[in-house]
Amino acid sequence: MTAPRRLRKELVDLQESSLKSFRDIKADDDNLLRWTGLIVPDNPPYNKGAFRIEINFPAEYPFKPPKISFKTKIYHPNIDEKGQVCLPIISTENWKPATRTDQVVQALIALINDPEPEHPLRAELAEEFLKDKKKFVKNAEDYTRKHSEKRPAD
Amino acid sequence: MDSDNDNDFMDNVDSGNVSSGDDGDDDFAMEVDMPSTTERTQETDDYQYKVLTTDEIVQHQREIIDEVNRVLKLYTPKTRILLNHFKWDKEKLLEKYFDGSDDNTEEFFKSAHVINPFNKPTEAVQLKTTRSQCEECEICFSVLPPDAMTGLECGHRFCLNCWREYLTTKIVTECLGQTISCAAHGCDILVDDVTVTKLVQDLRVKVKYQQLITNSFVECNQLLRWCPSVDCTYAVKVPYAESRRVHCKCGHVFCFACGENWHDPVQCRWLKKWIKKCDDDSETSNWIAANTKECPRCSVTIEKDGGCNHMVCKNQNCKHDFCWVCLGSWEPHGSSWYNCNRYDEDEAKAARDAQEKLRSSLARYLHYYNRYMNHMQSMKFENKLYASVKQKMEEMQQHNMSWIEVQFLKKAVDILCQCRQTLMYTYVFAYYLKKNNQSMIFEDNQKDLESATEKLSEYLERDITSENLADIKQKVQDKYRYCEKRCTVLLNHVHEGYEKDWWDYTE
Repeated sequence: MTAPRRLRKELVDLQESSLKSFRDIKADDDNLLRWTGLIVPDNPPYNKGAFRIEINFPAEYPFKPPKISFKTKIYHPNIDEKGQVCLPIISTENWKPATRTDQVVQALIALINDPEPEHPLRAELAEEFLKDKKKFVKNAEDYTRKHSEKRPAD
Repeated sequence: MDSDNDNDFMDNVDSGNVSSGDDGDDDFAMEVDMPSTTERTQETDDYQYKVLTTDEIVQHQREIIDEVNRVLKLYTPKTRILLNHFKWDKEKLLEKYFDGSDDNTEEFFKSAHVINPFNKPTEAVQLKTTRSQCEECEICFSVLPPDAMTGLECGHRFCLNCWREYLTTKIVTECLGQTISCAAHGCDILVDDVTVTKLVQDLRVKVKYQQLITNSFVECNQLLRWCPSVDCTYAVKVPYAESRRVHCKCGHVFCFACGENWHDPVQCRWLKKWIKKCDDDSETSNWIAANTKECPRCSVTIEKDGGCNHMVCKNQNCKHDFCWVCLGSWEPHGSSWYNCNRYDEDEAKAARDAQEKLRSSLARYLHYYNRYMNHMQSMKFENKLYASVKQKMEEMQQHNMSWIEVQFLKKAVDILCQCRQTLMYTYVFAYYLKKNNQSMIFEDNQKDLESATEKLSEYLERDITSENLADIKQKVQDKYRYCEKRCTVLLNHVHEGYEKDWWDYTE
């Protein structure tokens, strides 16, 4: 089994790299295949809060891609109400076994900071983002204030 | 002249084999063999297609690779990837390859996801190949000696186990063949077939991989098509791709261009449209036609759900009283509704005219659809007919007729099926055809062929069981020859129309 050794090493590496925008990284005590972490975006309108995500690795990892879902509600064209996110790097056809989780997380953070309204999961938000940016930013900020987690102090 | 002599010679040999110089038999053999011989030569002379087994497909694939490689002189698996990239069009590949400068060569290999073989090995490759210490596999993070690691020309090296696992996942669960790329993050260099077969050890996975690359070879190659018949593993190879009748070794006859049953005289695009229309409409429109009529006053669609013919329209703004049978007002029916048998009654006639107009497009479709389906249905009974004819043929041979003398019966069924199939598709052709002088000639041809075909069908189904075979032999032979001739006339007329642009279409 490749998964446990690789996951343990990836987890330690990620924790030691102490990224500012992805923190509080933990694997479940009894399940190395399920991780949680806190996304701390830099760009407005999401820079007023933090967002909890869950990463689920399949047993066949790294030959099959992990899945990511948001546990914190977020007002974002590429993330739906259930917390599902469409990230090309972890789609079956693009996935490479040599892709590491920190690369996946970097791609996710980039997507949060700069939404891609061309490939939306929530069409109405994508439309608002393109047609009335001001309104979108205000709504997203209100939503972030109301639903997101507190940002870490440092 | 030469070929004529050949044909005569062959026919003589054929009949000579069957019987010893009896004049009558000679003539008979000529009659039986001639049409099929000419048909066969026609088929092969102007369109030289071949039916290939899976092994022959693989062989053919190798031939194409070798042919291209005589020019390119590259590593063979690399040529295969390039060919696959160009959909196995070798002319296009060579044209692009010799199309200009070094920049183009670089682009040529890059777009096919292959490392340019004329580049010096990259630093990474040099570095790794010269290194003799242990390396870390970026997939499983194991540290292993160099001989447990391998990689493609792009320089990304992984351990053998991870490679095997990666390839197996791609082949088995994602059904990828020629398009598996290097396992490194962001690397799009493709894995060649020799590397795959070397790394994968499980025989089932190897077989599956071979199937996948053979399949993609056939599917993206313009000059090949799998026989669409269920469970058939042959493919047909043609000299140039167009709508042609091809005959697979499994017995299935189909159109090379679209893969449907051979559908002359109608063209692929109209047949495709027709099949879609039938799939979309048939159930609904059949039901509507069979079970409903429109109210003669307000045209709302009405379903008759009881036995009484006195209809009262449920449309609250209408509430029209009318007769279901004649669609005339109910009033004159009074106590004795049988009055509606008066065909020329003005009111009923007006109502029927209006109805007719509303239904004409549906009726038109159903007219063609029913006839199309009817011939299709009849063709399905062909197997039954072949069986009963076979029995009759055996019976006849016990009554002093030779094997060759009774073959005309099988031939008759062959022609019957062929005519039915042609007729079936004439209705698709006719459905999309606009009326003009030529279309009327076409309809006359169709009528002629159809009535002759029905007569032939009747002879074969009914008369052979009751009459003495010797008596009806002439009758059947005359009829099938007539059918065959009429079929050719009809098809030639339509083909001529295609050439001379006679046909106007309704859509």
